Amino acid sequence: MTSRSQRRLGRSILLHLFLTPLALVWLFPLWMMVVFSTMPDNGIFSPGIELLPHDGFLDNFNNLQRDTNFVGAIGISVSVAVTYTFLSVLLTSMAGWALARYEFLGKGLVVAIIFGTITLPYAVVLIPQFIMVARDFQLANTWIALIVPPLFNSLGVLFMRQAFSMMPAELFDAARVEGVKEWRIFLFVALPLARPMLAALAIILFLASWNNYLWPLLINSQPGAMTAPVALGTLIGLTKVSWGGIMAGAVMLTVPMLIVFVLLQRHFIAGIAAGAVK
Amino acid sequence: MRYRNATAYRFLTPYLLIFAIFWIWPIISSFLISFQATRTLPWRFAPAFNWGRLIGDPAFFNALKNTLLILVIQVPVMISLAVVMAVLLNSPLLKARGLYRFAFFAPVVVGEVAYSAVFRLMFSLDFGIINKLLNSVGLEKIDWFSNVTPAMALIMIAVTWRWAGYNAIIILAGLQSIPEDVYEAATLDRVSKVKQFFHITLPLLKPVIVFCAVLSIIGTMQLFTEPFLITERGGPGGGTETLGLLLYRQGFRSLNFGYASAIAYTMAGLAIAITLVQLWLMREPK
Repeated sequence: MTSRSQRRLGRSILLHLFLTPLALVWLFPLWMMVVFSTMPDNGIFSPGIELLPHDGFLDNFNNLQRDTNFVGAIGISVSVAVTYTFLSVLLTSMAGWALARYEFLGKGLVVAIIFGTITLPYAVVLIPQFIMVARDFQLANTWIALIVPPLFNSLGVLFMRQAFSMMPAELFDAARVEGVKEWRIFLFVALPLARPMLAALAIILFLASWNNYLWPLLINSQPGAMTAPVALGTLIGLTKVSWGGIMAGAVMLTVPMLIVFVLLQRHFIAGIAAGAVK
Repeated sequence: MRYRNATAYRFLTPYLLIFAIFWIWPIISSFLISFQATRTLPWRFAPAFNWGRLIGDPAFFNALKNTLLILVIQVPVMISLAVVMAVLLNSPLLKARGLYRFAFFAPVVVGEVAYSAVFRLMFSLDFGIINKLLNSVGLEKIDWFSNVTPAMALIMIAVTWRWAGYNAIIILAGLQSIPEDVYEAATLDRVSKVKQFFHITLPLLKPVIVFCAVLSIIGTMQLFTEPFLITERGGPGGGTETLGLLLYRQGFRSLNFGYASAIAYTMAGLAIAITLVQLWLMREPK
């Protein structure tokens, strides 16, 4: 048995020898983001190699706030992400419930259209969405423009349909026998049972909204209406801009999500593994 | 289940309304717009106007070439890397699993703008940490932004960093659904770990890998933020311009909606074609 456990040990050492450098390379950009965010600009653009954080984060943050109203943009991003997540979870779980639990006219068609169009690139709808929201509805630079159009996302519907169809029918039939209304069964029986799936979906949707770039860039381009990623994006490539400030902004966008990720890893991974969002 | 039309549609309607207005109608609308001349008001129906231009537009073929090049190199590299990550993370021999998972999965939560900014800074010519590190081990520094090949490589490195862990999560879930006893039998028959990987794990993972490949292809097809922010609007000189970026410039800088819609439908056509090929490749042998 000794040779076998020795082989095991050898394999284990090999595994860690390979995986550790790879993990360090993968962590490197995040680490450097933090390091840059604490360095003054003349430190970032100096010949030496600096791999440890300094103490200039607040100065960089002040520079960032001078270049763009980042705190205001963060406020918009948080409010939009929270509202979007709530509405999207509500709409897609209602639709998922109907598709999982009722027979109705046109059900096959609805499912076929959702599945049939799910792999179409988002780029296809970008231009009509923009024309509609900006020109026809005159809603550019509003919260509605940021929140409502992205609610079309159908992956949540499929995710919740799957969740509800796995629940045993007796659960709901018992309530029906006692005369409980369908919407109460949905709200007070089905939704509480689907809590883990709802959590996974909500986290993924929140993240998608928080990081969304292209649509907010197009539709809310006025300085006071920008989300945080868009506001930060406008600084990248400018000549007279504080790169330490940009990095401070990147840290403010990223670190809260990393903390959420660590705390709620299980739900995160469940959501991604189920393909809840592209 | 009994038919309950009224109840079902009460639950469905709010979502279906949004879905129809912001997804189904735009899909149709964009197809129609691609057949209209939109440079002057009022728009007029002119079937060859945009599609004819597309066929003879060197900027389109440049963007198409770049997009396909990124697709052909980056997606296979990233998926292979994701398989390696998933298999190794799944190894019972691994210690401090949580740390390794964090390292590979963390990029999943990082926004495109934030990581584009970091990559731009890390790879800058004179003061970028990457060139400083290359220098310190005696290698020539690389001008990542003024030459096409390094610029393309940089885009691919950035996208791979951002998305490999995402795919590894999906593949890891696939791995964990393979029953243990399949391997136990193989181990009893003294089949080596490497052979087990190629003859058991990979074939069983095929559907998951194809799923990841399709998702990645559709994503890479629309690549926009990285060439927009990292290589500064597809630089150097259009060397990293992608279809997504061309669509943005045509649609939202030149406000040429008809031409941009034709570009969008070209992307859709490519995505559908590639998806169908993938599905055909993974069909069950009869």
